[in-house]
Amino acid sequence: MKFEAVIGLEVHAELATATKIFCGCATKYGAEPNTQTCPVCLGLPGALPVLNEKVVEYCLRAGLALNCRIADFSKLDRKNYFYPDLPKAYQISQYDLPLCRDGFLTLASGRRIRITRIHIEEDAGKLIHSPEGEGYSLVDYNRAGVPLIEIVTAPDLATPEEAVEFLEKLRGILIYLGISDCKMEEGSLRCDANISLKPAGAKHLGTKTELKNINSFKALGRALAYEIERQSELLAEGKTVKQETRKWEEAKQRTLPLRSKEETQDYRYFPDPDLVPIELDPAYVAAIAASLPELPEARKRRFIEGYKLPEYDADLITGSKHLADFFEAVLKFYFSPKAASNWIMGEVLRLLGEEGLTPEALAVNPAHLADLLRRIDAGEISVSQGKTVFEKVFRTGASPEEIIRAEGIRQISDEARLRAVVAQVLQTYPQSVHDYLNGKIKAAQFLTGQIMRETKGQANPQLIKELLAEELAKLRP
Amino acid sequence: MRVSEEEVRRVAELARLAFSEAELRQLAGEFNRILEAFAKLNEVDTTGVPPTAHVLKVKNRFRADQIRPSLPRPEALRNANAVKDGSFVAPLVME
Amino acid sequence: MELCDLTLHEIKDLFAQKEVLPSMVMASVVKRIGEVEEKLGAYLALDLEAALAAARAADDRIKAGRALGVLDGIPVAIKDNLCQAGRETTCASRILQGFVPPYTATVVQKLLDQGALILGRTNMDEFAMGSSTENSAFKPAKNPWDPERVPGGSSGGSAAAVAAGEAIAALGSDTGGSIRQPAAFCGVTGLKPTYGLVSRYGLVAFASSFDQIGPLAKDAEDCALMLSAVAGFDPLDSTSVRGTPVDYTQELDRELTGRTIGLPREYFGEGLDPEVRRLVMAAVAQLEDLGARVVEISLKMTEYALPVYYLISSAEASSNLGRYDGIRYGRAAAGREDLAAYYTRTRAEGFGPEVKRRIMLGTYALSAGYYEAYYQKAQQVRTLICREFAEAFRVVDAIVTPTSPTLPFRLGERLTDPLAMYMSDVCTVPVNIAGLSALSIPCGFARGLPVGLQIIGRPFAETTILNIAHQYQKVTGHHRARPCGTGHDRAEQEGGSPDEV
Repeated sequence: MKFEAVIGLEVHAELATATKIFCGCATKYGAEPNTQTCPVCLGLPGALPVLNEKVVEYCLRAGLALNCRIADFSKLDRKNYFYPDLPKAYQISQYDLPLCRDGFLTLASGRRIRITRIHIEEDAGKLIHSPEGEGYSLVDYNRAGVPLIEIVTAPDLATPEEAVEFLEKLRGILIYLGISDCKMEEGSLRCDANISLKPAGAKHLGTKTELKNINSFKALGRALAYEIERQSELLAEGKTVKQETRKWEEAKQRTLPLRSKEETQDYRYFPDPDLVPIELDPAYVAAIAASLPELPEARKRRFIEGYKLPEYDADLITGSKHLADFFEAVLKFYFSPKAASNWIMGEVLRLLGEEGLTPEALAVNPAHLADLLRRIDAGEISVSQGKTVFEKVFRTGASPEEIIRAEGIRQISDEARLRAVVAQVLQTYPQSVHDYLNGKIKAAQFLTGQIMRETKGQANPQLIKELLAEELAKLRP
Repeated sequence: MRVSEEEVRRVAELARLAFSEAELRQLAGEFNRILEAFAKLNEVDTTGVPPTAHVLKVKNRFRADQIRPSLPRPEALRNANAVKDGSFVAPLVME
Repeated sequence: MELCDLTLHEIKDLFAQKEVLPSMVMASVVKRIGEVEEKLGAYLALDLEAALAAARAADDRIKAGRALGVLDGIPVAIKDNLCQAGRETTCASRILQGFVPPYTATVVQKLLDQGALILGRTNMDEFAMGSSTENSAFKPAKNPWDPERVPGGSSGGSAAAVAAGEAIAALGSDTGGSIRQPAAFCGVTGLKPTYGLVSRYGLVAFASSFDQIGPLAKDAEDCALMLSAVAGFDPLDSTSVRGTPVDYTQELDRELTGRTIGLPREYFGEGLDPEVRRLVMAAVAQLEDLGARVVEISLKMTEYALPVYYLISSAEASSNLGRYDGIRYGRAAAGREDLAAYYTRTRAEGFGPEVKRRIMLGTYALSAGYYEAYYQKAQQVRTLICREFAEAFRVVDAIVTPTSPTLPFRLGERLTDPLAMYMSDVCTVPVNIAGLSALSIPCGFARGLPVGLQIIGRPFAETTILNIAHQYQKVTGHHRARPCGTGHDRAEQEGGSPDEV
């Protein structure tokens, strides 16, 4: 039997506010344990929360960018459970009246993935487990009270690829909005997935499992693929899928059931009496909507229409706000969109990839790339020389001019001089000339290589191509 | 609605409290007497009545996103029962 | 009469005339504490050295005519659920034993900023849950009028301290009557401000949507002075209300002519001690004599107030008290081998029976399957109670009732019967449910024990109820009776009230 997957995601993004959601403690990542805490986020007796206005604003930005309906009345609720990383034994979250609901995000295929809700809540602290056998955990509350938005999708995703695409697109949007840095490796973007299978075409949903500990886009795709295979096998054998939470084990590339406690969770949600309701003024919401930056989709359209980029280029470059910003910055210094796009998709991404860096880490001065493109167009240096120069620009931060000067890189475009070299090479290699004239086109490559050798790689390749063709034509019987 | 001892035990687990068998029996008895008296509320017709979580009409109480000094770490940790490496010590958490 | 038996405003006037200095008042209070504290157990912790040092600094200011405010140099007591940096705050619970807050509650800071001398921390029912101060994990407080009887609760220590001259005034907290009922039992004046008027920042939470901090003092004028000192908007408390500072003494001297007072018949029914009824009705007659118009009203929802109160307050408490897990602060169980067991042992050893009972009740009321029937239902009935009060206040300026249906009971008398104990709050909880303002003033003595009159006002109408109380106190002397010291010995009160001044 053929099965279809039904996938939904629950995404948590840490908001890039300066302070925590309910107190003035800093949210800086990587601080010494328990140095960013106060009576409020430590849950000391008597301390009270006051909501950070930026958290509401950022959540609304996300909601508006994801086509959500914004609640006119919203409130905060307590979710009660005991855990050492939860200082008050309740998490302040939103239960039945989230700030945003009923939105969607459109995939490249045109499929709309519904977003059920987006709400605000506080993060928990961090538990560090003691060495094996020591029998305790250490708790750092720096993260306790860091603001989060939780984005919940409807089970509309059909494949692991769609899920990954959704998460990548969502990440792009949140970064474009400037509300989260979305670093999965630092935990500022986290994703849980629900997945069930059903016979192809069937209406009713199967039993789902919830996947946790997904720490990268790759892990999301693999965990879902693994789970599809696992569930398919079970169903094919006539067994049933157990509803449970499973953990993705990166090292072994598999999912395993989380030790499930007998006790069923009963969070006893109720409105937090320490916080007052949120009633949003439509004018305030409209002002936020008006202030939204251009989002990836719109920017892609603009790149296609305004810069005449192919859809492929536009999609790839606008997929990262940093790359797109870099691209447009290059154009400001030298307007040659397709060349800039080629260089970014080629050399820039190649070098980033070699270094294992993300586009956010790109440190090249856009004026330098622009300068390089101008010099190539002017024939001052060749494309392949340009690549050598750019690699040095990328690694050292020096300007192309400095590198070209220091290394004595230049291009010979003197026609008379090159024609002499061509003629000399043709004389030296009569066999290749003979081969070429007898239809072995490849021989031209050998001849070109010899000309480059003679000129120490500085000959203008385009000019050589033309001159070689001319000189060979003269030798035709 | 009678509350059984079993039910009381479940609630105790949820609340992270523990009672002896005798205490549980007594508590169940008290629960039932209290809830019986409180069943009086069912006399009141609350159809369409919104719940009141706050008596105040106050809404939208926000603070600006401005950093305020955190506690010095020794102050944050001073009431902890056990401290190690600048962190609070908790029982081992299994995942 | 000793200095410690004077009112705050009397002492303030003596300071102004430079006849008396804060150190002299302190000496008197310290002496009284030495005489009666062992018997009364009003304090959980005394901080006399710091207070004496502060008194000397206040002396200099008073002498120089540069007082920081009306509270400068006044010895006051604070309930042990108000955090003060560097001072152990226990809420009379074992689970908080040893807890030293690194921060100070807004109200305590206000007292300190105005030069008040903080004498120490008063006894209370554990986590403010109780009506007798017998639920203190450390020791019960006693009623200064009869040490075999309870001082009321949960602010029983604050009430007893003020009544006995162990403090000039005190702060308490009131979740369901915890200022007013002990004020009534101890014969002092206690005010529960409107919800949102006084910052709760630094008050260890019991039931967040009911809790308010307020003064216990020797008369209405003192309460007005104390309230003026602690009320006001606090950006650290989202439920504190914005507004310009108010001088709560401003309407004290207004005549009662033109004021309409409602007498709700539901508060005078079954279970009301006939002596309490007699004294309350006499007080009502007095108010009429003073020019107030008294009308009978009906508050039909009154009988539902107790369940509404206990369900909501216990639900909130069950959540508020989850944080006591022995990791960040407070007393912890030994052994850390298993997380759930660690939590359970810490909490089972640390909380007393009443606190556990309420946590259990609240957890139950919020748990899956019961939320609608209990918590939600209570919140709906709460709406109806609020509406009924709002309706009544369209017709009347204040509502007058007994503060407690009974006289102070004997220690141990109600400990075994939680429901009977809960009944002590029947007249006071409706006020917290609706977030109104209310106070209790002494209105006479029965069998040698004080009886309290409750005056309930509209939200933020503290000036009105203080005005009514003050006008009453201008023509009566019950608030001047003192259980300890010379002049007004308890023996004098036997068999009747000192109505004639």
